[in-house]
Amino acid sequence: MHRAEFFNRKFLAAAAAAAALALAPAVVSPSAAQEKPRAKAHQAGKTYAIRGVKIVTLAGPDVAKGNIVIRDGRIVDVGPDAAIPPDAQVLDASGLEAYPGMFDSVDQIGLEEVSAVAATVDSRELGEFNPQLQAATAVLPASEHIPVSRAAGITHVLTSPTTGGFGGSSGLILGQASVINLAGWTLDQMLVRRSAAMVVNWPDFNTRSFDFSTFSFKERPFAEAKKEYDKKVQELADFFEEARHYQQAVAKGSAQNYVRDLKFEAMIPVLEGKLPLLILADRAREIRGAVEFCDKQKVRMILGSGADSMKVVDLLKAKRIPVILGPTMRLSDNEDDPYDKFYTLPGDLQKAGIRFAIASYDVQFVRRLPQQAGNAVAYGLSHEDGLKAITLYPAQILGLDKDFGTLEKGKIANIMITNGDPLELRTEVKYLYIDGKPASTDNKHKELYEKYSKRP
Amino acid sequence: MNKLPLLAVLAAAALLAPVCAAQDSGVTLIKDATILTVTKGTIEHGSILIKDGKIARVGKDIKAPEGATVIDATGMYIMPGIIDCHSHIAVEGSVNEGSVAVSSMVGVGDVLNPDDIDIYRDLAGGVTVAHVLHGSANPIGGQNQLIKLRWGKTAEELKFQGAPLSIKFALGENPKRNNFRPPPGVPQRYPESRMGVMDVIRQAFVDAREYKKTWDEYNRRVAAGEKNLIPPRRDLRLEPLVEVLEGKRWVHAHCYRADEMMQLILLAEEFGFHVRTLQHVLEGYRVAEEIAAHGVGGSTFSDWWAYKMEAYEAIPYNAALMTRRGVLVSINSDDANEARHLNQEAAKTMKYGGLTETEALKLITINPAIQLGVDKRVGSIETGKDADLVIYNHDPLSVYAVAQKVFIDGHLYFDRGKDLAMRAENEKERKALIEKEKKSGESEKKPGEGKGGEKKPGPAGKDAKPGDPAKPPRVDVMTLGASN
Repeated sequence: MHRAEFFNRKFLAAAAAAAALALAPAVVSPSAAQEKPRAKAHQAGKTYAIRGVKIVTLAGPDVAKGNIVIRDGRIVDVGPDAAIPPDAQVLDASGLEAYPGMFDSVDQIGLEEVSAVAATVDSRELGEFNPQLQAATAVLPASEHIPVSRAAGITHVLTSPTTGGFGGSSGLILGQASVINLAGWTLDQMLVRRSAAMVVNWPDFNTRSFDFSTFSFKERPFAEAKKEYDKKVQELADFFEEARHYQQAVAKGSAQNYVRDLKFEAMIPVLEGKLPLLILADRAREIRGAVEFCDKQKVRMILGSGADSMKVVDLLKAKRIPVILGPTMRLSDNEDDPYDKFYTLPGDLQKAGIRFAIASYDVQFVRRLPQQAGNAVAYGLSHEDGLKAITLYPAQILGLDKDFGTLEKGKIANIMITNGDPLELRTEVKYLYIDGKPASTDNKHKELYEKYSKRP
Repeated sequence: MNKLPLLAVLAAAALLAPVCAAQDSGVTLIKDATILTVTKGTIEHGSILIKDGKIARVGKDIKAPEGATVIDATGMYIMPGIIDCHSHIAVEGSVNEGSVAVSSMVGVGDVLNPDDIDIYRDLAGGVTVAHVLHGSANPIGGQNQLIKLRWGKTAEELKFQGAPLSIKFALGENPKRNNFRPPPGVPQRYPESRMGVMDVIRQAFVDAREYKKTWDEYNRRVAAGEKNLIPPRRDLRLEPLVEVLEGKRWVHAHCYRADEMMQLILLAEEFGFHVRTLQHVLEGYRVAEEIAAHGVGGSTFSDWWAYKMEAYEAIPYNAALMTRRGVLVSINSDDANEARHLNQEAAKTMKYGGLTETEALKLITINPAIQLGVDKRVGSIETGKDADLVIYNHDPLSVYAVAQKVFIDGHLYFDRGKDLAMRAENEKERKALIEKEKKSGESEKKPGEGKGGEKKPGPAGKDAKPGDPAKPPRVDVMTLGASN
């Protein structure tokens, strides 16, 4: 069912070494990421300072008025008494507020431009097993969505392959999601981590499905739905099993023992526990199935979307599985669910002690991320947790909190400077720093607004 | 998995029955709140007296008449019920009769589903009036229906009596169906270009004029006393268009690009009818002067863009820019989910384009009321108007505002406190029903969706997890699909 990619064996003098090389980007550690040449090439030597600003560090008490100093892409000093170096390019931000830049931890930025125009959509691929695909390979640095989302304070995102859509495929392993900064002329300048999660579209267990050929919902018997679900889960297990055999062959290090296969090769970091699976599942039965699967396979799991997380909250807690929730502004499939189910979900998970983040799972609505968090706060999540759900928590879940999520010494300087509470609807993002440099808040929308405001 | 659709349908009425029963004394005083009247300023520590479904008095120091129900709303905010100028809730089955290019003979008023849970969900978001539109698959679509979200009432009782008749038109990608190809064996339907869309509308009005002429002639001769005349054959497709020509039925036209808006406005002038609103009108900011000059309203989204080609130049400043150029503007949902936070969507216009708080509130209250011809009844808090009110715990233009109580015609249709209090009981009842069903041995053990039967494939798009093939994409992307 899956197609092996055959390469000329002569190309691989030492197969194991070559495989390790090929994998290098996939297992890159946060510290390795920061040492990439781009950090040196375009950040070295630059010093910036933000002066007289209220600082919400999310790593301790707020600083009523202080300075932030940035050098070589990172925060080197922050606090009421942080000294501003003489060579710093200074921004006077009195009366404004500094926050960590927001992290949209699942979306399709750079992979989709106009959703209904297939020619502009690179987030979907044919075939059930595509672990070898990497979102980063298709990111369009000139996408209009980047400056538009950035202007709302989103400084970095996990851009992810997806499936579905109009006539879309129904893949199981969708590929690797990549973390990018939302600023840069080239992908290289934007790239934070090429492979941050292996995205799995968990099989649906559903008697009701949407049929695109007739554009209507179809019902089918429970037994049939179960059979199909079980079959798909088995296919997934078989694929993992084959990948494990491949992993063993690679470990033995003999080129005679296998033919290089990029799909299986891409699975090795997952099997080694270095790369988490981001499993998209909503119904309790599916979530349970996914948790069992990962337990059996001894692989790390992040639950994605997770509509019915609260129904399996004990299991999630016992297995310490974090959740990247979908939007809070969302309707339940189940009319018996409380009307505010998705508004209260983040607060409920917080109370239950589950690590969670909130993500847009979108392209056009990435800029609504603070609104998503704000609604969770309206329905019971603390304001601080609301902010952390779109800054620190996703960084922690994806193992990037050494570099992102708070305003602390040593972190990559992704900073938004606002005129108020970032979760509030009328708050404006006045200035941005991304990867240690000032980033523009200009965008297509603002330009069109200015142009047509002047129309005689 | 605990979703048993048949049971869910059975249980739904019991679980989410309206909470209005207690408020039937006819007289209610809501006191000590910040009242956002929209048209008459803001009243701090104000009170509203409700009598027989209408607002009897608004102001400070209103004494509660004997027997009145008194609601202490200290610290709360009250605004007029939100009016959603573009909705597709409460419709049984598809909102599109997409098989023909002109479907003016059908109407959503014939297929209202009062049990649609989205009525309750939108009500809980402060919506009291919804303009339920036919879909956008046709250049001339079906007849729309204005409703009040009287959850628990019958289909007929949902209808907003006395509202002007209305009809859906649609321009651009959806009626020309570029984003949709029919299944194999089904022929493509004319039109597939913007030229064709305009042709369909023009031809329909040429026909409607001729039809009107035959009836006018017949009526003239009858009036002149002629006997034994055979009346012209009735044409249910053209009758609504004659009503449009006579100004009795208002046109609400789905559109995206500035050029197509102008084409429709010119065509309407050619035939002597009026376009009441341009719906979506995402590029309205480009021709705001012209839209305003023709007295056409605009009903738009807050910040949607790029879901299809004709939405690629959409900007969140649209509502503010059109307002500044004199267009009467509203912000609508087109989506049961979006409708739940229209107050938030309106608030964005303060950030994108600098509207004032009152201007922002107008976008979801008095402005859509005017566009729909019901501003004498709803859309502001004024003496004599219907008591359609929402009580929020914060300023409704804040993301932290949660609707606490929603009144329609003076009756309490949503009460958050009661909703919360009922949950444990509902869950118990639900489980009992499931057990009963299991014991009866008739359980079909389906793990599927809660929504029974054929449901419009609309709002599920936003609900869908990324890449869920079982769920259709966002409403507005689709053309045959439910919405717009």
